[in-house]
Order: sequence, then structure tokens, then C-alpha cells
Amino acid sequence: MTVTVYVPRDASARSVGADEVAIAIAEQAAARGADVRIVRNGSRGMLWLEPLVEIVTAQGRVAYGPVAPEDVPALLDAGMLGGGAHPLGHGPTESIPYFARQQRLTFARVGLIDPLNLGEYEAAGGLRGLRAALGRTPAAIVEEVLASGLRGRGGAAFPTGIKWRTVLATVAAQKYVVCNADEGDSGTFSDRMVMEGDPFVLIEGMIIAGLAVGASRGYIYLRSEYPDAAEVLRGAITLAEAAGILGADVLGSGHAFTLEVRIGAGSYVCGEETALLESLEGRRGIVRYRPPVPAVRGLWGKPTALNNVVTFASVPIILDRGAAYYRDFGAGRSHGTLAFQLAGNIKHGGLVERAFGITLRELLYDYGGGSASGRPIRAVQVGGPLGAYIPASQFDMPLDYEAFVANGAIVGHGGIVVFDDTVDMAKMARYALEFCAIESCGKCTPCRIGSTRGVEVIDRLLARDRPQLQLAVLRDLCETMEHASLCALGGMTPYPVRSALTHFAADFGITDGATGAAHHPVPPPVTPATRP
Amino acid sequence: MSRGQKLEIAVDSMSAAGDCGDVHGAAQRALADCSALDGGLLPVLHAIQAELGWIPDAIVPTVASALNLSRAEIVGVISFYPDFRRQPPGRRIVKLCRAEACQAMGADALAAHAKAALGIDFHQTRDDGAVTLEPVYCLGNCGCAPAITIDGRMYGRVDAPLLFRLLAEGDA
Repeated sequence: MTVTVYVPRDASARSVGADEVAIAIAEQAAARGADVRIVRNGSRGMLWLEPLVEIVTAQGRVAYGPVAPEDVPALLDAGMLGGGAHPLGHGPTESIPYFARQQRLTFARVGLIDPLNLGEYEAAGGLRGLRAALGRTPAAIVEEVLASGLRGRGGAAFPTGIKWRTVLATVAAQKYVVCNADEGDSGTFSDRMVMEGDPFVLIEGMIIAGLAVGASRGYIYLRSEYPDAAEVLRGAITLAEAAGILGADVLGSGHAFTLEVRIGAGSYVCGEETALLESLEGRRGIVRYRPPVPAVRGLWGKPTALNNVVTFASVPIILDRGAAYYRDFGAGRSHGTLAFQLAGNIKHGGLVERAFGITLRELLYDYGGGSASGRPIRAVQVGGPLGAYIPASQFDMPLDYEAFVANGAIVGHGGIVVFDDTVDMAKMARYALEFCAIESCGKCTPCRIGSTRGVEVIDRLLARDRPQLQLAVLRDLCETMEHASLCALGGMTPYPVRSALTHFAADFGITDGATGAAHHPVPPPVTPATRP
Repeated sequence: MSRGQKLEIAVDSMSAAGDCGDVHGAAQRALADCSALDGGLLPVLHAIQAELGWIPDAIVPTVASALNLSRAEIVGVISFYPDFRRQPPGRRIVKLCRAEACQAMGADALAAHAKAALGIDFHQTRDDGAVTLEPVYCLGNCGCAPAITIDGRMYGRVDAPLLFRLLAEGDA
């Protein structure tokens, strides 16, 4: 009897040896006369267990991990292919508490299926959203998405339905759907996991967007750091074209939709939507002035529905199950689920899809298991390099967009980077400004010049060179960057800087409490210029 | 600046390329594959670099002419994006992630080890041409930090012994 063995092809799993494990299992099972079929799936999201090998048994899929190639003989001796007991065994995958306590909507199929098997995709609920959308008018699709409460998952949290309604209402001979797959924020990998683990859901979401706004052409702007995702996406697009899902006649509906992957070239600012459009048009990734917003004048000046990977990937289930189903998850005005990503110094790093409203403490300790180093967690940065540093005293803050903004922080893309008590927060603040200087597109002065001046000011502060003066300058600089930058790169770099100053003043050599940051306990709300 | 407008820049370096046969062949192949694409400059440049490992200044006039862009626009794009190289890299390219999640797991110490072991700083190529060391800002492997790539292959949970072993493999 053939035994089905899952070994992820996810880039994280491969980075810790999944390919070698797959080869070892294939070779050694064959040598023992065992008939195995190895499926390269996406990751289940329990990254500390990668490479996570799953065996299909009568009791369902059983997990072993982290498996090294040299573990394979002992695993086979222990009867792994029949689900046998071994110290690396974790029992049924979906009973592992980390996984069992999630609410997987967008990530329902990631890790479950062969990412490039359209039959498995459809059997697991794929294409139902698209079929539902094909029976509706564009306006009805838009209203469904609007009613679901879905907001942009790239970080800006702008209501997706409103953006799509604008594109729909803008008359043009050609419109576009563009996916922002330039997931450059440190601590985030949910876009990558969708693209590598369930690429058809992104394609399906983008086709639905095309139907909703009247666009026949789509682009996925993918960062060059994700070669595995590029390979899977291109493979999926070819399969979808052959199956008549993409092309001149989407599922026989008479609607056309074509899709192309374009690769970025290592620029962080190209994750900002207007810089992304410039890059897609073949130019330097320089931020555009807004208005007009891309929904009105986007790619090549045409109305463009530009959303993040997870946003598009959340649309099929909304069309399939209905807006109310999705909206009923969440808290306050943050509806649905977010795929939180636990990263950095965390024992159980990985992806946790949960409804909004969960607290940082639950994520860090109930899921994350505390720090990887075993030392106390001192700070977390939520929402990427432009997100605030949050001290342990605020770990009970619920993860919803408004609660975070009220505390001068952002949820962003849901990435959570954990630091233990050895972290030097002055160094992290300096790094935030250094990163801004490296990645600034250079169009606006506050970002281009302010970031470099900010690094110099922090250096003088740490050298105890007239510290009160440096603090005043740094405070002023942060205010200028926040209010006068063109986009979120310059506009939000003050978030990590100011939060580090406020909560970790001692790291800057400040002991008298005169950080000056208390002058602005609550920064103004996130501007629309937030990185999409 | 309007299309077609020519800005005379860096002409000396552009005309100074020695062995141009292969270089221009690479440009022609890239243009044949990608120039029909809307906004095809980045795909063209990626294709040239994929073949040559870098983008010689000598191809700039060819690409500019084929895409009806100025040489300044081509050079501007090449110089804007960190991925595009204007000098040949070493035989191996080592990239170390410097972003926050990797810093939280010791990326700075790892970078110090790499610089010491290779005898070069970030953005440098060793004199013997063996290796180029570059920083990278997030590889999306933040749950298995710290992360590095060597010639495009990614490694996670990299500690100093693993780093030294991987670097030594290249010397063999």
C-alpha cells in the first residue's frame, strides 16, 4: 500500500533542510521496500517544528518534527510510515494545540494540499468563491466585500470594499488589478506562505477583484527575495490558464482575466503602493504624490485595484461563505481574522491565524511559548520596521487596529518580532533610522535627510554630547518626518524611534525621565499614506 | 524628463567595456524575451544579470535604444535597485539578513563573524574574487532566524558553526 508523506516545499522549511529530508525518506523507504508518495506541501505554520513531516494514516495526518536527514533511519525503524511513536512525534497534526486553537479562514488550505494540484484545491473548497462571484453583478461583489468588513491586510487597513467601489465607479477603457507581494517588513512571512502554500487562492481572489471592478488584467509584484514563491505562482498561473480559470473566458463566463508575475529588485520602498506602480512601469521606485489615489489613477494612469496578498486571498471565502460569516470574526471595527506571525526570539515561531481581539500576551506565551533564549521578553515590535516597540507592560493590549492606534502603535501586517532582555533599544531605534536612510526613495526631504540626521543625533545622544539638546532635536525631527513625509516610510519611522525612547529611556542613557517623548504620549492616527 | 531625451552621462565608462561580444549577446537575448512587455525594463535587466551575473555599463546604450528610453533612465533604474550590480560579483554571493527578527537572534554577531572570516565588509568582494558579502533586509524567514543566503540558497537558524561550515564549503 502506498503511504503518502508530506514534506513542505515552503522556503522556511527548505532553509532548514526539508529537501534533504524528502530525499532521505524517498531513498531509505525505497531501500526498505516501502512504497511512499512524497507530496511537497506548504508549511502548516509551526516553523519551530520544520522540517515537519506528516504521514497519512487511518487516524489522519500524523506529525514528526523537526526532522533532520540523519533522523530518518530511526524514524523508519520506529514505524513512522504507520504513525509509530518516536521522540520527534507529535501525534495528529491538527491536534497540536498551536494549530488546533487557530481560526484558519484565509490559510485553510495552506499546508493541507499540494499547492500545485488544482484538483485538491477544488476538493478543499477552492473556486467556490469565484463561481459565486460569476453569478453576481460587479456592484453586488463589491457590496459583499464591503459588508464583510475586510480591510487591507498589508498594513494600512483601508476598507477593501471602498477601494474597489472607487475603481468600479471610475470610468476607463482599461483597469488593472495589482497585487502587492513586496512583503518587505521584517517579521512578516504570511504573504510568502500563501503564495508558496496555496497560490490558487490568491489567483482566485484577484480574478474576483477583476470581476468586481471591471479589470481584465492583473499583475503580481513579487519581491526578488522570494524565488520559491515566484516558481509556485508561475506554475499555478500556467495550470489555471490550462484549466480555463485564467484567460479570455474565465470558467466559460465570457469574462477575460490574465495574470502576470513581475519581480522587484530589492527595494523596500517598492512595497509602498505608488512606488510599486512606478517600479511595475519600469522606473525607479519613487513615491508618487497623492491624490489621485491608485484606485482612480494607478498603473499606467488607469484605475487600479491594488491590494496585498492576504487581502486578495481572503476574498474567496467571503464570496463563498458570505459577508456575515467573515464579519462575525473579530473585535470592534476589526473584522475577520489576521494571520499573525511570531518571529525573532520566540520559542514557537510561526503563523497563527486568529480573529482580531487576541492579546499579545496570548500570542507570545500561549502560542509562542516565551522567548527562544528562555530569557524574559522585554519588547516586541509589531507591524514591521515602521511599527512601534511595545513593552511587556502593554502585552494585554488586544490586537485590533483601533486599540493599537490609540496606543501609538500599529498592527500593520501582523508580524510580531520578539526581543529578550538583552536587547539594546537605543540600538534598535538607531537601526530604524538607518534602515529608513538606506531604503528612502529620496523624493521628500524629511525622509531622505531626516533619517540620516536622526542616526547622527542618536549617535551624539549615546556619546553623551549635550543629551538634552539631542533629545530636543530628535523629538523635532520625528515630528517633521511624521507630518511632512510623502509616504509611510518617512512618516512612520518615528514610531519605533519614539516608542523606544518612551518605554526604554534608560537604554539611551536617560535616567531623569526627561525623554521628551511624553510630550507626545499618543501620536496622531495612522495616515492614509501607510504602507499598503 | 521626456522620453527619448538623451543625457550625456558616464559615457566614458559605457564605452570602456572590453569584451563586449557576450555582453551584447546577453542584452539582445534579454531584449528579445522581454522588451515587448509593458514596462519591461526591470525584466530586461533581470534577464541580463541572470546571464552575466552583473549589468555592464556597456549594455546601457543598447537597452536604451531598444526601449526608446534615455541612457540616464536606464542608469537611474540600475542604480536605484539594490539587486542590480554594476560590477562583477565574486564567484559566491553571501547575503546576511540584517533586519529586526534576525537581529533578535544574533544577526549582528553573525555578520561580525562573516566579515572577520572573509576579511571583507558588506558590499565588498574579496580581492581573489572568491566571494561577495552583502546585507539583505528580510528574507521572509523570520520564524527560523537568523537567515542567510549563499548563491541564492537560503539557510535558517544559522549559528556561527554552521556559518563557518557553509563558508568553508565554498573554498573547497
